[in-house]
Amino acid sequence: MSSSAREAAGALSGVRNGRLESLARFGGLFALALGVFAIVLLVFGKNPLKAYIDIFSGTLASGYGFSEILVKMIPLMLTAVAVAVPARIWLINVGGEGQLFIGALFATWGALTFGSLPSWILLTMMFLLGFLGGGVWAAISGILRARGWASETISTLLLNYVAILLVNYFVFGPWKDPEGVNYPQTSEFVSGAILPALGATRVHLGLVFALVAVMLFAFVLARTRWGLEMRAIGGNQEAARRSGIPIARYVVLLMFVGGGIAGVAGMSEVSAIQGRLRPSLSPGYGYAGFLISWMAAGHPLGIVAASFLLAVITAGGDILQITQGLPASVVSILMAIILFVVLGRKAGMR
Amino acid sequence: MIGFLRGLLAGSIHAGTPLLYATLGELISERAGIVNLGLEGVMLMGAVVGFVTAVLTGSAALGVVAAALAGGCFNMVFAFLVITRRANQLASGLALMFCGVGLSALLGAPYIGSQVQGLNELAPPILNYDALVYLAVPLALLVWWVLFSTRWGLILRAVGENPTAAFAAGKNPHALQYQALFIAGLLGGVAGAHLSLGIAKTWAEWMTAGRGFVAVALVIFSKWDPLRALAGALLFGGAISLQLQMQARGVPISPFLLDMLPYLLSLAVLAVWGGARRHAAPASLGRVFQGTE
Repeated sequence: MSSSAREAAGALSGVRNGRLESLARFGGLFALALGVFAIVLLVFGKNPLKAYIDIFSGTLASGYGFSEILVKMIPLMLTAVAVAVPARIWLINVGGEGQLFIGALFATWGALTFGSLPSWILLTMMFLLGFLGGGVWAAISGILRARGWASETISTLLLNYVAILLVNYFVFGPWKDPEGVNYPQTSEFVSGAILPALGATRVHLGLVFALVAVMLFAFVLARTRWGLEMRAIGGNQEAARRSGIPIARYVVLLMFVGGGIAGVAGMSEVSAIQGRLRPSLSPGYGYAGFLISWMAAGHPLGIVAASFLLAVITAGGDILQITQGLPASVVSILMAIILFVVLGRKAGMR
Repeated sequence: MIGFLRGLLAGSIHAGTPLLYATLGELISERAGIVNLGLEGVMLMGAVVGFVTAVLTGSAALGVVAAALAGGCFNMVFAFLVITRRANQLASGLALMFCGVGLSALLGAPYIGSQVQGLNELAPPILNYDALVYLAVPLALLVWWVLFSTRWGLILRAVGENPTAAFAAGKNPHALQYQALFIAGLLGGVAGAHLSLGIAKTWAEWMTAGRGFVAVALVIFSKWDPLRALAGALLFGGAISLQLQMQARGVPISPFLLDMLPYLLSLAVLAVWGGARRHAAPASLGRVFQGTE
């Protein structure tokens, strides 16, 4: 065994031990976050125990509830990978929400324009359009960053608002369903533009997109030259630049790929869940994706685990809205508290 | 045309006021070396606490005071994370934003649809502005004076440029950063209160609609100078007001497209100013002072 291989093996077992330990740590942090959120609920005169029981019985305790978790995991995993890809070279993509909306917008254009094509061609086209839309939207920020004109953090944030307004413009304006009376929505997609679902559930083909995205991300990172160069840029930008890695090209490309993946989330939501374009397309999946990627520190398996957790919380928000009359955005408090405890843990635990 | 321009100017000043308060707050914290993307959440907390206080007590002035305090205290959560716990500033800021979105929705839910008198308009009656509008320009001057002509301002800027050197000179960078973030929170809270009590006179979930992020862009535009921030806030207020004026006059452009103006303007301004003038930024902006051990 060569020395480098031995080192790699040692590092791997270290990661395994670290993973168990970090899992335990994460459990502790999660319990702390739940405790703090329980106090917030108590202060507002709600019963936290009942809230948690409601969330649990509505999500994990029934087959249908569990399938809905999978449904929510699809856009969450995709938007998390959309953040994790550019994050490999320390780019901060907070624009998943906008990229998701533009992806949905492009896919909707495909669905409304080429509705007469056979389903598999139409869906492939919508997939590519969604990827292209989200990718181009993120690449704007990538170009601004690569040229040294503007930080991608703030430009992706600002473009979120522009993207949502753009969708509103089309939905209230040129694409408004003439039969929808006053509802802001496009007309219903033809059946060929709907992603196939699994049995009687709402779980759809997007789950495959999401899992493939996570696996491709892991594979490219670990096994390809691109992954190596990305790690080089992420490790030491100056050294990478001097060894001839085209950093500016990577900045734009990784933003494009990340945005494209968020665009696929938009495409699959609009096609499988909504069946038409509406402004209420996403309850903040893009922002939640950022959180997930941050909590998972960009690790592929961590992304799946954290997506599951946030899917339960997101679904929990809908449940609390019904059973406790709380505004749906209340769960963003829980998300924030989780992030607070993850960020605020002692420096030595990092 | 005269009427249009007059309406545009009046509207710019009105819409620019909360942006100016928020921008001045962010500017102070960035001068101390800390970027706070949670300003959006701070503004929301200010907006909701100000509104609820005004509904309950009937006094808009009390609402503004409560909003400022709420903003200041809320920002301390962020301060603890980034200063004491040395957490990443961008992620902590976004977490604060999430928290503000949710907490303000929870606090404000029973008051949706409530009416308040709002801030009174002061004399002279030509332009009908409230007191916060009149206080905005003197405040910018005050911040400028404090930052550039007082001892505290000098030390604060030193912390933003090089906290280690400030520490070596016998100053406490962490204490100054806490102070800066508290003041930034106060101003962010007032900015939110002006939105809910001065402009909208009502509460709606996520009513800041990204103005906190626009303010962060405005700080870059202003090259971290409070006096330039005045011009910036007026310009962005103008972008918001132009949309209202055109809509009021029935100009056949979709309001959604016009609503994009402030965001697109922010981007354009960032692209033009951000790259070329980066050297104007405090040298240690966004870095965490690790102590000297």
